[in-house]
Amino acid sequence: MNTKTIAQANTVSLQGLKKWVLIGIALAFLGLFIVIPLIAVFSEALKKGIELYFAALTEPDALSAIKLTLITAAIAVPVNTVFGVIAAYAIAKFSFRGKNILVTLIDIPFAVSPVIAGLVFVLLFGSQGLLGPFLEANDIKIVFAVPGIILATLFVTFPFVARELIPIMQEQGTDEEQAGRILGANGWQMFFRITLPNIKWGLLYGVILCNARAMGEFGAVSVVSGHIRGMTNTIPLHVEILYNEYNFTAAFAVASLLAILALFTLVLKSVVEWKSRKE
Amino acid sequence: MFNKSKPHRVLPAFGLSMGYTIIYLSLIILIPVAVLFLKATTLSFSDIWQTVTNDRVIASFKLTFYTSFVAAVVNAIFGTLIAWVLVKYQFPGKKIVDALVDLPFALPTAVAGIALTTIYAPNGWIGQLFEPIGVRIAFTPIGIMIALTFIGLPFVVRTVQPVLQDFDRQFEEAASTLGANSTQIFFKIILPTLFPAILTGFALAFARALGEYGSVVFISGNMPMKTEIVPLLIVTKLEQFDYAGAAAIASVMLIFSFILLFVINFWQWRIAKKHQVA
Repeated sequence: MNTKTIAQANTVSLQGLKKWVLIGIALAFLGLFIVIPLIAVFSEALKKGIELYFAALTEPDALSAIKLTLITAAIAVPVNTVFGVIAAYAIAKFSFRGKNILVTLIDIPFAVSPVIAGLVFVLLFGSQGLLGPFLEANDIKIVFAVPGIILATLFVTFPFVARELIPIMQEQGTDEEQAGRILGANGWQMFFRITLPNIKWGLLYGVILCNARAMGEFGAVSVVSGHIRGMTNTIPLHVEILYNEYNFTAAFAVASLLAILALFTLVLKSVVEWKSRKE
Repeated sequence: MFNKSKPHRVLPAFGLSMGYTIIYLSLIILIPVAVLFLKATTLSFSDIWQTVTNDRVIASFKLTFYTSFVAAVVNAIFGTLIAWVLVKYQFPGKKIVDALVDLPFALPTAVAGIALTTIYAPNGWIGQLFEPIGVRIAFTPIGIMIALTFIGLPFVVRTVQPVLQDFDRQFEEAASTLGANSTQIFFKIILPTLFPAILTGFALAFARALGEYGSVVFISGNMPMKTEIVPLLIVTKLEQFDYAGAAAIASVMLIFSFILLFVINFWQWRIAKKHQVA
């Protein structure tokens, strides 16, 4: 009997030990891969003092990069949000053949390298591209200009909202909408009073992720931008230029803006998750 | 009024929403991707073959697959462990840790790239620890694996976590009552249940790593034959105005990505169906 209790006590302490070892490994791994890089961004940015930090952020090229990033997100996010809601409505609320194929096609941007996402628009609109001669004749610039950046951003952020909404809307089914219709609601009333309020948290969640990607996209935008300073540079591209010029402090200062955006995104995301669980 | 040809479509605007979805999908995704394949076919088959079997291209394909695979394996192991810790244990700061797992989704890849390079460079915080024993991390394939591990980290955690949360403790308790020890329970009961989710997370992380550019381009050093990944090679071809060559390499890459995408989606679709039946 005595030995049994000792054995039990041993298992309990062994369980406790196992727990803390596993927690320790998990935290060490996350510390190494997530926390240290995050600290590095801010520590490098502030290395040479707060004055240089703000100088790097308010310099004209930095300001124009910030402006272009905001414009790009202001166009790409709403356009893909509208698409996401409409596509999710069509896919989740109706049954039709080939649904799985359509969902997979919407996923393409998740599977495609960002570089290839940029490349397709260069091949389509570049001077050697399919529509190149036509665009040149009419003096329209898409690649190496702002429209190309917006198109590339539309491509890479395409699935975010749709992917978030499809499972939510599928789970909700069509009962509430049908009830609304029977009670005499027209299409718009049904959509704005039933469908949209039901998906508000999922929608917000998708928009947050879509926005983070739109503001932070590097590969696709890099291929189509042409890297013209003060003209076609977004914040991530500006970071690259500064870094490649060995202007590390300024590069990290501008990068810290994006890191703050990322942290803000995570906080917002957690709040939305918490709110939606509460309902 | 009743429409006899579509009896089950009670809700309005199916045609409108579906039409809009197809048109927008075609304009932004399908037509541009089709143009890429079209461009590749402007080369003759032997030209395409020569482009993609060039030593430098083969070396970069090997490097890309090898580093992506290693990073995805590391993520499968540590991602499962992190998901386990987040579901099974309570500890202070758990909510923050849980939120931080998603950082690689939210942090722009270029920022991750320059931060990791600075840390793992020979004079960086971690790089200088390895310098005396003669191990270089930045500007070698190890650096590429570290960047790819970073960007793939959330996939496995986020696919395994929900499965673990729904996992019925009854099975564990039953096995324990029947005399199984905790190692047996883990390997015979828990791991087989988690395996589809781990594999899905692995495939997602692997697919993401194959195409990754921003975080790798800074830390890899970009030496042809040694640390040059496929996406970088495509950019290089573009900068040399070799559009057809870029399209040929990109097409090969895209075919791999599409196969992975279809396998992952088919797999998830089958799991979902199985759950519905059960």
